[in-house]
Amino acid sequence: MKQNHFDAIVVGAGPSGNAAAYTLAQRGLNVLQIERGEYAGSKNVQGAILYADALEKIIPDFRDEAPLERHIVEQRVWMMDDAGHTGMHHRSDDYNEDKPNRYTILRAQFDKWFSRCVKEAGATVIYETTVTSLMRDASGWVVGVHTDRNGEGITADVVILAEGVNGLVGRTSGLREELKPENVALAVKEMHFLPQEVIDARFNLKGNEGVVIEAMGTITEGMVGTAFLYTNRESISVGIGCMVSDFTDVGQATPHGLLDRFKAHPSIRALLEGSEIKEYAAHLIPEGGYRAIPELVGNGWLVVGDAGHFVNAVHREGSNLAMTTGRLAAETVADIILSGGSCSRHNLAAYVEAVKDSFVMKDMKKYKDIHGFLKKGRHVVDLYPRLMNRAAQTWFRVDGVDKKSKESTIVREAWRARGIGGLMGDAFKLMRAWR
Amino acid sequence: MSDRVENRLFQNRYVVDVGRPHITVKPHVNPSNALVAMTRVCPAGCYSRNEQGQVEIVADGCMECGTCRVVCAQTGEIEWSYPRGGFGVLFKFG
Ligand SMILES: Cc1cc2nc3c(=O)[nH]c(=O)nc-3n(C[C@H](O)[C@H](O)[C@H](O)COP(=O)(O)OP(=O)(O)OC[C@H]3O[C@@H](n4cnc5c(N)ncnc54)[C@H](O)[C@@H]3O)c2cc1C
Ligand code: SF4
Repeated sequence: MKQNHFDAIVVGAGPSGNAAAYTLAQRGLNVLQIERGEYAGSKNVQGAILYADALEKIIPDFRDEAPLERHIVEQRVWMMDDAGHTGMHHRSDDYNEDKPNRYTILRAQFDKWFSRCVKEAGATVIYETTVTSLMRDASGWVVGVHTDRNGEGITADVVILAEGVNGLVGRTSGLREELKPENVALAVKEMHFLPQEVIDARFNLKGNEGVVIEAMGTITEGMVGTAFLYTNRESISVGIGCMVSDFTDVGQATPHGLLDRFKAHPSIRALLEGSEIKEYAAHLIPEGGYRAIPELVGNGWLVVGDAGHFVNAVHREGSNLAMTTGRLAAETVADIILSGGSCSRHNLAAYVEAVKDSFVMKDMKKYKDIHGFLKKGRHVVDLYPRLMNRAAQTWFRVDGVDKKSKESTIVREAWRARGIGGLMGDAFKLMRAWR
Repeated sequence: MSDRVENRLFQNRYVVDVGRPHITVKPHVNPSNALVAMTRVCPAGCYSRNEQGQVEIVADGCMECGTCRVVCAQTGEIEWSYPRGGFGVLFKFG
């Protein structure tokens, strides 16, 4: 082995990079992982819900060690107008199980823990180092990386790009196109601290139970986006995000102004009352869907996680797609290297096949038209939550008006707002996009 | 509850690479609509307009989200790179 030569270099120590580096190290490969932050997680932002299944497939007993906040027992989905919300709540004691399915986490702490596991598995991990470009041989084959620390560069059989949504290395190297403003969402988020008992009381929780609120409607001021509120042990994560092109072209809001108005909304304000804010963060989310997925492999390289545009925006899933693609990439690479093969585009295509066979690509494909639907049908995010709240009020107010008249009022208001053709068209298009 | 963005950023930890800003706006006479939009859309309020109408940036509070990079990619008015390893924003919770 040449000095300073690795079997694989992983760029980035988020969930996708950690999943890849961990899996490679476990298979006995000589792995170098490079992270630009002072520690893993110092640059990373998430809601954050952790989906156990994807991590369990990598570290089966993660629950013993990982910094988990609360397991989710209740999901609220709120359609908001300016005065309130109408929604669905789902809660079940069944989620108080031995191995809960979803947890809230704090990414800075979680990534740090995951990174420690990667080191314990045998990978070499360096922090505070930014990969600046890919090293290529005369034929264009990727043979390593250059960093802002090491002038000569470091070589490897393969480079796994787990560099997150901005993905500067891959973009400046021409592996994938620049992101389009209509394919990314900008989310802002705050950490609100409150004593654990206060959170338990406000949300009707005991032990480590947690609640998730996903909200949409007039809170995004006509832009396509959603807001969230997640309970951690002693804090509440609250945030809101909209498509970047909507921020620039549709809305008039600043991101922090939007978040302030969400926090001041009558349905939210009381939940945060008296909290101490300890952090404000912003991050992009790749939400262009299936059609925005770039080329995934080439000679000497693969791309995983957010850099590969693997986010299921409908279900708010990203970290699990990141971990799964990271693991699948690593398994492909390990199979090739351990059998003495070369990491050619042709051989690495097995990774693409594995992603296609998994829930990752199946889900991405299922929702391939949702992005286009919302882009053309921006009104649905504002109008329908409004109509729903109007309808609920009409229905629940007892004011001497008979129920049949109330029904006609509800139908008439929907009709007037959108027209019968509009209503049926929206329903049809949504059904087709959802299928 | 309605904090100004500066007060919020005050909560965050940064290691500023003094004298080496990782984002710069290229000299210009008239900024594009995209660049002007950043004076509103940057979540850290890093962009502002000077008296002559040109857009300026002070990137100390930048959270490295990349929004301005994406918005101005077509116009080429800004140069954007990550801060050197170890510098920039440092999230405690994320
Ligand atoms: C507000 C918000 C809420 C979200 N909520 C959820 C949720 O509840 N559940 C969920 O599953 N997903 C959620 N997501 C999505 C999820 O956070 C991402 O899908 C996930 O973090 C992607 O992981 P990744 O490893 O691909 O990228 P990242 O987590 O972004 O990691 C990339 C890493 O690479 C490093 N890096 C980048 N470039 C370089 C370089 N050149 N050199 C060295 N290091 C580099 C970065 O510092 C970073 O550590 C949310 C996202 C946001 C923004
Ligand atoms: S990267 Fe984000 S926070 Fe930094 S200047 Fe650009 S828009 Fe503002």
